[in-house]
Amino acid sequence: MRKTWIGVTLLLITALVLAACVAPAAPAAPSGEAPAPAPAAPETGGIQIPQPVEGKFNVAFVYVGPIGDGGWTYAHNEGRLYLQEKLGDAVHTAYLESVPEGTDAERVIRNLARAGFNAIFTTSFGFMDPTATVAEEFPDVYFVHISGYLKNETNFANLFGGMESMKYLAGMIAGARAAADGQTKIGYIAPFPIPEVIRHINAAALGMRQTCPECTLDIRWIFTWFDPSLERQAAETLMDAGAYVVITGADTAGPVQAAGERGLYGIAYDSRNACDVDPVHCLTVPYWEWGPFYTLLVEQMMDGTFVPDDFYFDVDSGALGLLGFMEGQEPAPGVPAEVIPLVRDVLDQMLSGEMNRFDIFTGPINNNKGELVIPAGVSLTQSDLEGIDATIAAQTGREACTICMNWLAEGVSPDAELP
Amino acid sequence: MEWVLLVNLLASGVRSGTAILFASIGEIFAERSGVLNLGVEGMMLMGAMTAFGVAHNTGNPWLGLLAAAGVGTVLALLHAFVTVTLRADQVVSGLALTFVGSGLSAVLGAPLVEIRQAPRLPTYPIPLLADLPVLGPILFNHNVIVYLGFLLIPAAWFYIYRTRPGLELRAVGEYPAAADVQGINVFALRYAYVMVGGFLAGVGGAALSLAITPLWIEGMTSGQGWIAVGLVIFARWNPVQAAVGSYLFGAIRRLPLDLQTLPLFLRNPAWGYFLNMLPYLFTVIVLVIGSREAMRRRAGAPAALGLPYVREERGA
Repeated sequence: MRKTWIGVTLLLITALVLAACVAPAAPAAPSGEAPAPAPAAPETGGIQIPQPVEGKFNVAFVYVGPIGDGGWTYAHNEGRLYLQEKLGDAVHTAYLESVPEGTDAERVIRNLARAGFNAIFTTSFGFMDPTATVAEEFPDVYFVHISGYLKNETNFANLFGGMESMKYLAGMIAGARAAADGQTKIGYIAPFPIPEVIRHINAAALGMRQTCPECTLDIRWIFTWFDPSLERQAAETLMDAGAYVVITGADTAGPVQAAGERGLYGIAYDSRNACDVDPVHCLTVPYWEWGPFYTLLVEQMMDGTFVPDDFYFDVDSGALGLLGFMEGQEPAPGVPAEVIPLVRDVLDQMLSGEMNRFDIFTGPINNNKGELVIPAGVSLTQSDLEGIDATIAAQTGREACTICMNWLAEGVSPDAELP
Repeated sequence: MEWVLLVNLLASGVRSGTAILFASIGEIFAERSGVLNLGVEGMMLMGAMTAFGVAHNTGNPWLGLLAAAGVGTVLALLHAFVTVTLRADQVVSGLALTFVGSGLSAVLGAPLVEIRQAPRLPTYPIPLLADLPVLGPILFNHNVIVYLGFLLIPAAWFYIYRTRPGLELRAVGEYPAAADVQGINVFALRYAYVMVGGFLAGVGGAALSLAITPLWIEGMTSGQGWIAVGLVIFARWNPVQAAVGSYLFGAIRRLPLDLQTLPLFLRNPAWGYFLNMLPYLFTVIVLVIGSREAMRRRAGAPAALGLPYVREERGA
């Protein structure tokens, strides 16, 4: 009897720890992935490795979350489908979803390489070290890791994109909406205090100030990428504190729904269909379009011209989208008419490559306390944007950051601090 | 200003605690009859998925709610068959049910991910009461499912403590052999109450996908089923305390977010991690207490909880 109870308690504690692991596992990950839901973890022993198809170029994808997250992993899978459609019979694609980060991932990646896949894409920050290890063991297989900073000379590259450009435009739209209705507060739901999230916040704040100089950006840190009810509560606390538009940096579209229910506005993230939850109150969604870049890289691999690099695309690559403003799209009804030409103009400059993420982060820019961070005429470097500190710099041979991404830009609420 | 903060906090707690409320009261019924069901998380996920799918396909959220309750009941029936009839280990069977539920909901729910809008249960401010100063926003301006939760609390309490079937339910969980001698059908009752537990867990899942976060997202309960199981012990198998715990949990989850605007947090921002841990720490402590026999007895656990009943065997 008593033993049973101790057993039950231990099991429950294990389950809770697994559930809670969602948080500690993710802080290191500077990307928008959804950690696998807790109950999936014990099933990892049973991950079945798909088989390549003879005579085709075989590409495997390793996802951290379920395709059903409707966000980060969903967008990657859309990219895989795009690749399959573009290259047709020449390639065969396969995927594994909800793969936990860590040692399991290494085994999964190694087994994929051993099974005979020609290229393997791993789509979460936590897959970086396992991918690097396996890449050394299989020099004939190509590896591409998303959102990290490691690479090698022959067969291992990393890939990420300048979402900050799109967040800047999203900030412009949010600011215009608030200004049009005489409001001055915008809210931002921030997953983790890491360089990726911080530069997205800063870009949104700088964009907001373009269209609404008196607006401030209020932040809530939720310390998770994926927790539908917490994301929603974060939206509610922002709106209770006066936010008129809520921008989310986490995975689900729940915050947009919450805003819509109060007749306020939301800006979603990650996947193109995120706004469908409430097209009237969703102003836009900055989304990832992985397909074109996947296709480009796989084509290079197939004809042998692939050279590993730190691939970092910006808007001109076509791999980033802003719903309502891309070709063939119409702005959402909530976007104020006067800001539409403004956004289109900046977006056109970005699409043509005339303007990019470095222009957004060109001084003079103050932090939210009013102190000058980026002097006039100075632009942040790629290392600054990614927060490549001395440790990482030593590890990768990249230049270390001088104005590292650990400050909040003006426009962010003046008493906000980084956790 | 602080008042507004508190009112908002409590209102949000009531709203987001509703899913856990249904699930934990359901689990109280099951455990009161002597059957531990750790499959709550799985039943909630299946309920959430079914509710969203049915509501989308029929256009009627109430049908979705009903279907979710039905699916929860069927899953619980499975657990009852394994643990009551086959007398297998309740912990193992319950865990299996959680895995089945989360896996199956992911597979069957895959097409639903594309669907971003389905009919929701309506939000209905209660006339007059909703205009009350503090209580209005906290209690009377909510989704219909929240009111159903309000009704369930006294109903469950009254049933368990003040009715004859409730007495029989408690007897079966405390001393099944004696109940059997009294002519109470132990097996039938255990089946029935495990299914009641599944029914309510299904409703809890539906509350998530039809009202609280009206979407289908894989794994959208994110551990709430486990919280519900833990809460039952904290609530000493009492529906009223379970209700308080559920609403409190909803509020505690939001508290760190509200505190982020206060100077105390702003000076120590790393507190965020600590505050986010609190609900789980809380549950672990409660479980540790719950696992100690003496404390458990004082807490009022059903004596036969976790034990299969075998007729004419001594000491059951």
